[in-house]
Order: sequence, then structure tokens, then C-alpha cells
Amino acid sequence: MTTIVARDTIRAPQRAGDRIFSTATVVAGSLILAVLAAVAAFLLVQSLPAFVATPADFKGDAANFWAYVWPLAFGTLWSALLALLIAIPLAIGIALFISHYAPRKLAQGLGYIIDLLAAVPSVVFGLWGIGVLAPLLQPFYTSLVEWFGWIPLFAGPVSGTGRTILTVSIVLAVMVLPIITAICREIFLQTPVLYEEASLALGATRWEMIAMAVLPFGRSGIISASMLGLGRALGETMAVAMVLSPSPQVIFALLTSQNPTTIAANIALNFPEAHGTGVNILLATGLVLFVITLAVNMVARVIINRRKAFSGAN
Amino acid sequence: MNFTRFGRPAVIAVVAALALSSCAANEAAPAASDAATASALTGTLTGAGSSAQGSAQEAWIAAFQTANPDVTVNYDPSGSGAGRATFIAGGSDFAGSDSYLKDEELAGTFAACAPTGKAVDLPVYISPIAVIFNVEGVKDLNLDSPTLAKIFKGDITTWNDPAIAALNPKATLPTTAITAVHRSDDSGTTKNFSDYLNQTAPDVWTEKPGDPFPYQTGEGAKGTSGVVDAVTNGTGTIGYADASRAGKLGVAKIKVGDKFVGYTAEAAAAVVAESPLVEGRDASDLAIKVDRLTTDPTHYPLVLVSYALVCTEYAKPAQGELVKAYVSYMAGTDGQSVAASAGGAAPLSADLADKVAAVLESIK
Repeated sequence: MTTIVARDTIRAPQRAGDRIFSTATVVAGSLILAVLAAVAAFLLVQSLPAFVATPADFKGDAANFWAYVWPLAFGTLWSALLALLIAIPLAIGIALFISHYAPRKLAQGLGYIIDLLAAVPSVVFGLWGIGVLAPLLQPFYTSLVEWFGWIPLFAGPVSGTGRTILTVSIVLAVMVLPIITAICREIFLQTPVLYEEASLALGATRWEMIAMAVLPFGRSGIISASMLGLGRALGETMAVAMVLSPSPQVIFALLTSQNPTTIAANIALNFPEAHGTGVNILLATGLVLFVITLAVNMVARVIINRRKAFSGAN
Repeated sequence: MNFTRFGRPAVIAVVAALALSSCAANEAAPAASDAATASALTGTLTGAGSSAQGSAQEAWIAAFQTANPDVTVNYDPSGSGAGRATFIAGGSDFAGSDSYLKDEELAGTFAACAPTGKAVDLPVYISPIAVIFNVEGVKDLNLDSPTLAKIFKGDITTWNDPAIAALNPKATLPTTAITAVHRSDDSGTTKNFSDYLNQTAPDVWTEKPGDPFPYQTGEGAKGTSGVVDAVTNGTGTIGYADASRAGKLGVAKIKVGDKFVGYTAEAAAAVVAESPLVEGRDASDLAIKVDRLTTDPTHYPLVLVSYALVCTEYAKPAQGELVKAYVSYMAGTDGQSVAASAGGAAPLSADLADKVAAVLESIK
């Protein structure tokens, strides 16, 4: 006795719980897109008047919006780049120490402390930068300019307060350090023990094992961690606004009183007193920052996808 | 077990609520007794503008609301430009502004004023601006305005520059580089500082005064506290800030006539009292053209004058009454002494205070 049941008549009974849950996830998923679209639309609409603003509306000598925003965009990328240059090697070192070198108890404690660093509000970092770090670094900067002033990066005249882009980058590096460290640590711990033991068995030293097994395995993880850190460094506002001595120019010198400022810090500084077209101009710079972060994230995605074979996920 | 787990926070909450509410009861008591003697003003008053007036406004509001418990005063220190725009659009009943209304602004209409009324500027807040410095081994510093202008413009770069040495024969000036600190945000303090230099040293300081710092030299810092911090923590630094915030830092004396004058509240009030009013305005408009070029050594011409912008006749008479009462309090003896202790302001001279009072009397 055989009954042939048509394929489309077999159906799992629809349960209320399933439906509610799937609807909830769809709503949650589309909500984030809706919020992003709303922010983008708001920025676009509000920044339209900035693109046709007359030179009189801009602070400084900028003739049009692009001349105004270019030094800011440069400063944003420059400070974030410097911060990452300082933070990435340090973060990898800390993560390796925690995952492969430190005794377990110490590693745990250190991990907690690093995570704690992520919880410190940026305004506190700003106060620390202006009150402790800048005065501490100033004498060091003076001698750096004295001895290495011939290198364009360290050209004088040195800032008398130490509130330069290098100080800002160090503060930013400290701020992004916990993010990069935490992710790197997780990635390094996921390295298959077989790989590690195999390389040790072949006679590798611990460093060789790390260089041959752990780092290649964690490479894409390191990149995505750095990109997350970069995201924070690009958007950081308060600490930069408080610490940096800004000047709307493209300058590569690290130790002078004139430093390129960042988009976010420029908005924070000028928004309170802005009115009329000034507000639109600031919002338009916000749009530029939005585009920059989007672009940076997309590039990071491309890099990670290319190296998918070695990613920590498989 | 469960009781102790949930009970303890509950007990704390109850105790805290009791403590807090009893506090509030204490505060309310004197206000209630004042109400008997105070006028029967009621309503809400909205103002916006100058952040320089911010701390004074807070103190004024606290005192005024205690005396008039049925009145609520809101002041948004959004900046002078934004404050004027809000007032013109009718979003506020009065504005605080570090600069008086421009002629073209006066020519327009003010939404809060009655058609027969117009807006006027009333000086209510005078604050001397101090030139602060932090140079090792230097306690007293004399500067004339061309030298000051050159320092902030970046033309003079070391402390032992001959121009500074000539003005300070007794001081031992170090070879340290000068770091001139200015405001990185828009500020009425910058505008007045710039105006002083532009008028007294026009050959050096060629830029017209404005809220942003005009030159791309020196070091920027956020807000008055940022400037004071930078000057305090740096080496060979000089900056300008509201005099009340100078603290223990060295304060330079500026050259007025043949003498070097340090800031005092009296000297700041004196220069404003003897400055002429801006010409070509209505008699009730008390916009002051500060006499930066004064040669009288009892004057300190580096001052910021901040105004209350009000209507002579309000579209809503009730708001007119409130503005009249509040601004009268601000410009009166009590209000000025409150501002002096809260924000380090220099009180209005008696003569000027009388003029302001006379204008306020006519507000409808």
C-alpha cells in the first residue's frame, strides 16, 4: 500500500514561536539598514547648501567646500594612520604575550586590564592627554627637533605645550589598543594546536613557531581588528578636540604648533557657535567622514575576503 | 536569602528617596517665604546667546528664580551669532551677544517685538581679558600692542627678542621659543582681543576682528579652560583669556598711554563708562564703541562688553514685563555683584547702569 504524496503538500506545521522569531530577526536586520539610510539621507539633504556656499561662509581662506574639507580629511586619515602605526605592533605583541608567553594567571589578569582600557571614556583620555601626556612629551619633542630637525617629519619650531598631532596619535593609539588586542588575542588562541605542535616538533623555536603557524593563521584577523581600531580612530572626537592645537592646513610635521585637525574634532569645536550655512558646512564635512569610514570598511572587507582561506573562521 | 538580596537595595532606595526629598523640602522653604514679598510675576522667559555670559546667566537665573518662584528663565549659551539669529526669528525673548546688532540686522524685523517696537542693545556684562603667560624666571611682563600683535601673529618667536627686552629692561628673558595660544573655537574673546590689536596696532594686525582667530600661526586650544591649561602646562607660552580665569599665572601689563596697566575690574569698568556710544543709533540703543585707543592709564581697554538684546515693545506684553524685570535685575547693583563673584565680571559704572535702567523703564 503506497500513497504518493505530492511534494508541495508536505509542510512543517507553522508554529507561532517560529513566526515571531523570524519576523523579529527580519525587523532587526532591516532596522539597521533603515537607520543607516536615514543618517545618510539626513546628511545629504542637510549638506546640500554647503556645496554651493560662497567663500564668505567658510572660515579661513577656503574658496569652496572641497578646499575647506581637504585639510580636515587629510588630518583625519593622517592621525588615524599614525595611531595605527603605533598601536598595531604593540597590540600584536601584547596579544602574543597573553596567548603564548605569559603564565596563565598573569595572562588572565592582563586580559582584564586591557579590556578595562576600552571602557575608559574618551573625554578622560582627552584630559589625560592635555594634563599629563603633552607636558611629559614636550621636553622630548624639543630634543627631537634639536637633533633630528633635518627630517621633515620632525621639523621645527617645536610646540611649547606638546599638544601636537603626535601626542594625539599616541592618545588615539592607547584608545584603539584594547580593541585590536582583544580580537588578536582571540584569533591567536584559535590557532590549531596541531600546527603549533607540529612546528615545534620539527625543531622550531617558540618565535619560529609563532612566525610560521600563529601569525599566518591570524593574518586576516589582525587586519579586521586593525580596521575596527581604525574606525574608532577616524571617528574619535573629544580627545582630539581637547588635545590638538588645530590649524586648517595640510602639514606633515609632527611636532609643531600647527597641526591638521580631524573632521570630527572640527565639528565638535565649531558646532556650538555655528549658525546659518555654517551648520550645513559642518554637516557636509560629517558626510565626507561618513563616506571615508564607509570606504575604509569596504577596503578592509575586500582584503579579508581575499585571504579567506586562512581566516580564523575555518 | 531572597529578602536580603532584594531587600537591601530597596532599603537603600527608600533611604535615598527620603534623604533627597527632605533636601528638596529644605530648599523649597526659603523660596516660599520670599514669594510673599516678591512681585507676582509668572511665566517662562527664554534667552539664548553669548557663552561668555554663561556662568553669569546661571547665577542670575538662580537668584532671580528664587526671588520670583513662579518665573522660569531658560538661557541657552549657544553662542552670540546663534543667539542673535534665534532672537531675530522670534525663538527667544532676549539674546545675549558679545557684539551689538549690526545695522542691517536692525533694519530687519524682529519676530518677538511688536510692530511699533524695535530691538536695542543693552550692555550688561563687562569682562576684562587678561594676557596670561608662563615663562620660566619671568614674573612681570610689560607689552605694548605692536609687540603683542607681533607675538600672536608669529613675527616675534623668542622671548629674548629685542622688542620684548626693550619693554622689560629689568626682566631676565630666556631664549625659549614663544608659543602663543589662541582659542581654537569661535569666541567673542578672540573678537575683542583681535579688535584691540587691530585698532591699536593696525600696521601689524591687519585682519578685521572676527570670532575665529584670524592667523594660521600659534597654537589653538578649546575654550577658555583649554587656553589656560595649555599656557599652564606649556613652556614659554602666552595666551589670552577671561581675566577671572587667569588664576596664578603671570599676567602681562599692557601699554596705555605712557604707562603699563594691569587689568582691574575698576579699570575695565572705567574704559567702558567713558567710551562713546555707537553713532547713528536710536537714543535707547546703548551699543558701546569701546575706546581701545584710550591713553588714560586708569583705563584697561582690553575688555569684552556683552549685551542683552531686547525689544522696546513686545508683541506679548506679558513677556515684556518679564524681560523688564529680569534684565533690570541683571543690570542692577545686585545682579552685577552676582556676576562679579560668579564670572569675574567688572560691574557697570553707576552712570551706565542708570542709562540701562532708564531704557528698561520704557519697555512694554
